[in-house]
Amino acid sequence: MPKRLAAIVSVGLSKFGRREGLYARELFAEASLECFESCDNLRPRQDIQALYVGQMCESYEHQAHIAPLMLDWAGLRHIPAVRVENACSSSGSALQCGIMAIMSGMYDVVMVGGVEKMTHLSTEKNVEYLAMGSDFEFEQRNGMTFPALYALMAVAHMQKYGTTEEQMAMVAVKNHKNGTLNRKAHMQKEITLEEALSSKPVAWPLKLYDCSLITDGASCMILTRPSLAKKFTDRPVYVIGSGQANDTLNLFEREEITGIHAAQLAAKEAYKMAGTKPSDIDVAEVHDCFTITEIMAYEDLGFCKKGAGGKLIEAGETALDGRIPVNPSGGLKSKGHPVGATGVAQACEIFYQLSGSAGKRQVPDAETGLTLNIGGSGATAVVNIYSKR
Amino acid sequence: MANQPEETDIFQRDPRGKILPTIENFYRFCRQKKLMGVKCRRCGAVSVLPRTICSKCQSVKMGWIKLKGTGRLLSYSIVHVSTAEYQAQTPYVVGIVELEEGARLSGVVRDVKHEDLKVGLNLVVDFENSNSEEWPRWPRYFFRVSDSPKMT
Repeated sequence: MPKRLAAIVSVGLSKFGRREGLYARELFAEASLECFESCDNLRPRQDIQALYVGQMCESYEHQAHIAPLMLDWAGLRHIPAVRVENACSSSGSALQCGIMAIMSGMYDVVMVGGVEKMTHLSTEKNVEYLAMGSDFEFEQRNGMTFPALYALMAVAHMQKYGTTEEQMAMVAVKNHKNGTLNRKAHMQKEITLEEALSSKPVAWPLKLYDCSLITDGASCMILTRPSLAKKFTDRPVYVIGSGQANDTLNLFEREEITGIHAAQLAAKEAYKMAGTKPSDIDVAEVHDCFTITEIMAYEDLGFCKKGAGGKLIEAGETALDGRIPVNPSGGLKSKGHPVGATGVAQACEIFYQLSGSAGKRQVPDAETGLTLNIGGSGATAVVNIYSKR
Repeated sequence: MANQPEETDIFQRDPRGKILPTIENFYRFCRQKKLMGVKCRRCGAVSVLPRTICSKCQSVKMGWIKLKGTGRLLSYSIVHVSTAEYQAQTPYVVGIVELEEGARLSGVVRDVKHEDLKVGLNLVVDFENSNSEEWPRWPRYFFRVSDSPKMT
């Protein structure tokens, strides 16, 4: 049996979507309340000893120093609170900080989470703020946007492996279908392959339906020492492997642009720590900021061989009833991508799946799950592996 | 436009007068229409970014080299949704370019017909001064197809 690193005993998610009239802190309070109320034995004020909270960009609400703010609005006070920023993997990294805090023995119970409020600003402002996760001097100033960075990877992947725009659109169709089963999802609407393929271009070959959503949302969870888990819940989920790797902030200097090397390294580390292999994974939430990102994730995580990601989606193997269901929550594509909240939101879905509380989108008998959270164009990747045992 | 002290053409130099490898100096060279990179004198690695520590061997023996500015297109995209700054140029082409010296750089590719875009296309670097009113007002580099007529 692998070593349990930490136990997840409760999770909370705000509704994801266009949350007009609310601030980030109010969304975080919504997620916190759900997390606290679904854990009868948790006394938040007495039990929680630290907070690690992910947020990408303080420009959205002109607000830095959000850790004490989120702590306050979650009804907590005085305990150490730290904001973690790693672009779109901010809360994936915050989660890893929480795991390390528990493993160090310093704390018995910590809260991790993430938040981003985005939809109150224009598309141009969003493009600009999101691009801050790339190299300002050598990418942004020279015309690069995030869709463009992933489009560069997509074209290279198409060129080398014959991946098609249709295969990328299939990822969107699958994730939108899964999202209809998730009442927290931003866009609970099925789309057709034709709609996806004929949607307007954003950064060719990526079209509107290849892109994840600009979304408001917050996520959080409570971590504790494995030996204390049963004090809080009968159905804890254990983190059994955790890996993070990084790469050059810019895309252009990376040796490989048909995959995300940091994701390959993070996965290798997490699999090794957990004593698992790709075929042991029953369900995965992966970073589908763009459809090509999910296709590359299949390969980087070892769900198929290098270059075969397009064929994997085409064969339906990653559908909810497939061999390895990927993004049952609807993913960033349909559940939405409030960037700072995404990493922990992925882990929330794996908690639902492994504790048997995923409702209509439940993957039967799921025992082992995986999350892959990516920051920027792949400069950061965090992989966690979870077990119900 | 008022000159701001941090954007003068005076190179940052070490006490012996050698031009320091800095990002500002890289852009000062761009203003002279030169694409400069740095080369590690220990392992020979070349990078466009003017690093002071070699990313291959961690040596600090990095010195400027003039790059030819020619290379081939490794991948490309046509950007339709951009930041406000680039909106007037949409749809525009961006690419990753492998320079002849082996180093890579990405940037806008101008004056290329979309139907002519293909991996392997030969490109050449060019420069223009920035008309931005705010920091940073450094020039920009971009690419064009190497045999296309030069536009000014």
